[in-house]
Amino acid sequence: MSAFEFSVIANNIVYFMIGRYPKGPLGGLGLTIYLAVVSCILSFFGGLILGLMNISNRWYLKYPSQLIIHLIRGLPLLMVIFWMYFLLPAVFGKTVPETMTVIMGLTIFTSAYMSQIVKAGIQGVPKGQMEAALATGLKPWQAMLYIILPQGLRNMIPSFVNQFVSMIKDTSLAFIVGVSELTHVATQINNRTMAYPFEIFTFVAVVYFMICYAFTTFSRYLEKKSTWKKTI
Amino acid sequence: MLKYQFDWSVVTSGKYFYWLVSGVKVTLQLSFISIILSFLLGLLIAIMRMSNFKPIRWFSIGYLEFFRNTPLLVQIFFWYFGSYKILPEGINSWLNEHNFEFASAVIALTIYTSAFIAEDIRSGILSIPKEQMEAARSSGFSYLGSMRYIILPQAIRLTVPPLIGQFLNLAKNSSLAMTIGVAELTYQARQVESYTFKGFEAFTAATIVYLFLSLLITWLVSEYDKRFLKIIKG
Repeated sequence: MSAFEFSVIANNIVYFMIGRYPKGPLGGLGLTIYLAVVSCILSFFGGLILGLMNISNRWYLKYPSQLIIHLIRGLPLLMVIFWMYFLLPAVFGKTVPETMTVIMGLTIFTSAYMSQIVKAGIQGVPKGQMEAALATGLKPWQAMLYIILPQGLRNMIPSFVNQFVSMIKDTSLAFIVGVSELTHVATQINNRTMAYPFEIFTFVAVVYFMICYAFTTFSRYLEKKSTWKKTI
Repeated sequence: MLKYQFDWSVVTSGKYFYWLVSGVKVTLQLSFISIILSFLLGLLIAIMRMSNFKPIRWFSIGYLEFFRNTPLLVQIFFWYFGSYKILPEGINSWLNEHNFEFASAVIALTIYTSAFIAEDIRSGILSIPKEQMEAARSSGFSYLGSMRYIILPQAIRLTVPPLIGQFLNLAKNSSLAMTIGVAELTYQARQVESYTFKGFEAFTAATIVYLFLSLLITWLVSEYDKRFLKIIKG
C-alpha cells in the first residue's frame, strides 16, 4: 500500500472547489451548494403546498396530493431526474439546461418528503390553537397562515435541516446528466490523472462528510433546544 | 405540440422486454444480497455502538456518522475505483476475475445501508425495557448471552417494519449502480431508450416496476403491523 498522494488534491483544489469559475461556469463544491440551496428553498414551498393539500378535507386537494406523494416516494431519485430529462423539453418545447433539469428533479423529489415533515409539524400544533383562532373570527386560511404555520414551522426546523443534508448528498446524482458539481468534477479529475482514484474519492467523501456532519450536528442541537423549551 | 409516436410493443415483447426483465432481476439480486449483508453488519455495529468499551463505541460512532453523511454515489465510486488500495492483493485479483462492478455495488450498498439499519436496530433495542436486561443478568446470563437470548429476539421483531422499509430504500438506491455499469433496471431502461429512442415507454415500464415494489412493501409493513406488532406490544 503506497502513501496517500496529497499532490493530486493540492494541484486540483481550486477546480474541486469552484470548477472553472470565474472564467467559466461555476462548478465543483460551489455548484453542489448552489444546487442544494436553490432546490431546498423551492422544495420547501413545494412541500408546504403538498403538505397543506394533504391535510385538507377537500377531496380534490387531498387525493391528488396523496397520489403525487406516493408516486414520487416509490421512485428512485435517479428515475425522477431521468423523467425531468424527458418531460421538461416536451413541456417547454425547447431544450432545458441540465442544471435546470437537476433542480427540478431534486425539487419535486424532495417536496414529497418535505410534505410529510410539514404534515407532522402542523399536526403537532395543539388542536385548541385552531379552535381558538376560528373562535376569534379568523377565516380558516388566516388561522392557518397566522396562527398554526408559525408555530408548526418552528417544530419542523430540525427536520428541514436533516432534509438539507439529504439534499446535499442527493446533488451528487446531478453527475448523471453531466452537471459539473463536486462528484462530476471528481470523476473528471480521476479520468485525467488516472492513477489516484483512492485519493480523489477519499477527499471528496471527506468534503461531503464535513459539510453534512456540520448540519447534522446543528439539527441535533436544534432538536435538543426545542425539546428543552417544551419541557420548561 | 408533441409529435411523439407511442409504441408500447417495444417494452412489452421481444428483445427489449427481456432486457428490462433481466434488469429487474439484477435489481432484486442486488437488493436481496445487500439487505442480508447489511442487516448482519448493522446488527454488529448496533451492538458495538452500545458497548461500554470506549474504543469500540467510538469506532462504531465514527462509522455511523461517516457513512450516513457521505453520498452513496461517492461511496460507490470509492469502492469501484479506489478500493484496490486498501483491499489485500488476493481479494483484488479475485474481484477482478469475477463481476467486479456487481461486487463493488454490493459492498457500497451494504456499508451505506448498514449504517441506517444499525440505528434502526439500536432504537429497537433501546425500546426494550431496561429491567429485561437486569432480570436476564441477575438470572445468570452473560451480557452477550442476555443480548442473544432475551433482548435481541424482542428488539428484532420491533425492527422488522423499518427493516422492510430499508429494503425498499435499497431497491431504489441500487439504481445508482448503473453509474458503474451494473445492468440493473434503470440501466436497462436507459439502454432500451438509447437503442430505440422510446424513452417514454422504457421509463414508464421501469417506473411501474418500482411503484409495484414500493406498494408491495408498504402493504407488507402494514400487514406486519396488524398481525404481529400488536401481539408484541400487547
